[in-house]
Amino acid sequence: MSMQDLDPNEFKTQDSDAHEKVTSIKDLSAEMKQKLARIGLVMAEESGAGTYLQRDQTASLCNTRSKDVEVLPIRQAMQKHDWLKDYSWKALKADTDKFTKDAASANPEVIQGYFIRGLPGKIERSAVQTCLYVESKNTKQVVHNIIIAEEGSEINIVTGCMSHGGIGRAMHEGISEFYVKKNAKITFTMIHEWQESMEVRPRTAIILEEGASFINNYIALKPVSSIQSNPIAYLNGDNSRVMFQTILYGRGNSRMDLGSRAILKGKNSSAEMISRIITTDKADIVARGLIVGEGPGTKGHLECRGLLLSDTSRIDSIPELDAKNPDVNITHEAAVGKISQDEINYLMARGATEDEATSMIINGFLSFDLSELPPEIAKDTKKLVDQTMKGL
Amino acid sequence: MLDIRNLSVSVGDGKERKQVLKELSLHVEDGEVHVIFGPNGSGKTTLVQTLLGYPGYMVESGKIEINGEDITKLPINERVARGLGVVFQYPPAVRGIKLNDMANLVLKKKDVVDILPETLDWANRLNMQSFLQRDVNLGFSGGEKKRAEVLQILLQNPSLLLLDEPDSGVDVENVEIIGRLLNKFLQRDLKPQARKKAAIIITHLGYLLNFIKSDRAHVLCDGQFLCSGDPKEIYENILKNGFDKCQNSCLFSAREEAGCAIPAKE
Repeated sequence: MSMQDLDPNEFKTQDSDAHEKVTSIKDLSAEMKQKLARIGLVMAEESGAGTYLQRDQTASLCNTRSKDVEVLPIRQAMQKHDWLKDYSWKALKADTDKFTKDAASANPEVIQGYFIRGLPGKIERSAVQTCLYVESKNTKQVVHNIIIAEEGSEINIVTGCMSHGGIGRAMHEGISEFYVKKNAKITFTMIHEWQESMEVRPRTAIILEEGASFINNYIALKPVSSIQSNPIAYLNGDNSRVMFQTILYGRGNSRMDLGSRAILKGKNSSAEMISRIITTDKADIVARGLIVGEGPGTKGHLECRGLLLSDTSRIDSIPELDAKNPDVNITHEAAVGKISQDEINYLMARGATEDEATSMIINGFLSFDLSELPPEIAKDTKKLVDQTMKGL
Repeated sequence: MLDIRNLSVSVGDGKERKQVLKELSLHVEDGEVHVIFGPNGSGKTTLVQTLLGYPGYMVESGKIEINGEDITKLPINERVARGLGVVFQYPPAVRGIKLNDMANLVLKKKDVVDILPETLDWANRLNMQSFLQRDVNLGFSGGEKKRAEVLQILLQNPSLLLLDEPDSGVDVENVEIIGRLLNKFLQRDLKPQARKKAAIIITHLGYLLNFIKSDRAHVLCDGQFLCSGDPKEIYENILKNGFDKCQNSCLFSAREEAGCAIPAKE
């Protein structure tokens, strides 16, 4: 079955009130608390700028602790801010593909998601934490998120997406629209922890104005049935910049088709895309990247590195560079192969056993640059990734 | 310390298989520094890799002993545990593993992330502080790679040190820094009977020898020692006559010393 063959009508969307609403994570079941701890939500509840938890279609928990950001369920936000309709389905067109069409035609009484807004000129360095949780059997979670960083603001979002044990086959269809205004910055760190039975179709678009930055860290280390996602960033403003970092560990029969696209329109806008991919078992990963250089002085670099740990897995790296202006500088490098024996020997010559050497190389390979994140968030993110890696 | 007896080693598979070391013998006592000279392709690096136990180097006959124990079949890390340490000619860059991770590995503190005081101390002396948090060897210059190697080896503190072309690709200033530190590490400032550290320095022409005092030299040609003797004499002879003619100036054969038959010479 190809990624496009998935039929969203096979799944049933839950009602908005299918799950309880709570005021704190403490009120949730032990299993859920344990799961949320894995994506750091529990620890963040006390210290973060805001928290949002969505279970299927229920906005189960939504708190804002910071004065500088606004966090609301999207339906509530639409009622509160009349102007928000000007942001809905604008970065992303509803007729992009069958999954966007399916989400756009979903019952407006059922569709849910988060609205996060950084207020003008306000810099909030603590994390807004969100979790999209798929909980019911054969369900299709339909999500619409809108994130706006107003002029001169900064927001840092850490989001975990996960599914409940034993729910069988289920689907997540997530629309996310990001608006990064003049001189604003968004860091968006997403940890996917789905299960072997999940079909995941996020659809994401980002619009950047002058001097805006968008830093995207995407981490998926657990098996999944299939994920397909290829976010697109429109760098309309001069001197705007995006960075996409992708860390994937494909295991079992996981099929992942993941990429990122950047359209460099604004003068001197830039894009950097880095992916680190490991596959084992029968995992199949397609890593895409597209940088289109249109504006003068635009710069882009795409780097994909993959390690195959089994004979039956596959990594297909597809970098694309499209220059439409002689005054652009876009480059790519890709390297896919097995672990280098040279590197293993080197570590063994410093005293590591062969197994220790291999695990050090894998851990090192998957390490990534968190320097764009506020130090506290970087530390927590690293801790979460290390925890997950230990279990591999 | 080290005893190599009649070691024959080949590399490659099938038709490509080629014998590189031919019944080579060498004996290194505690506290001794030996130099092995040899032209490119003579088998110098094969000797280092075989001593370390790198895969791809097939020992056809002979054996390697450290302190009386046969290590010929041990994996790399087991040999390292028995006191072997190496400064590589071409250490690989490893993405995501920092120089400090390597330092913690040799210090057997693999799970520690912090920079340990002894690491910082040696890094300061080697002017490598700013490299500790960088991926090891990635984007390092020739001299930086060598200093990183020396840093790791000083922390590892091996009893038998192998230096594979320690002065290749390194500028004069760095050779001097490295040479002086290693000379001290090898206890060359102590009286001969007080020295415990042994070393084999592999070089095709040794500027480093200006800074490290050595006891014996051997000339490796086509997988065999052509001759052995006083390092200074052999070095000067090579400089003057090239490798081929050095044989004539040898004081005595390494094979003879190791108790093996003296090969027929023309």
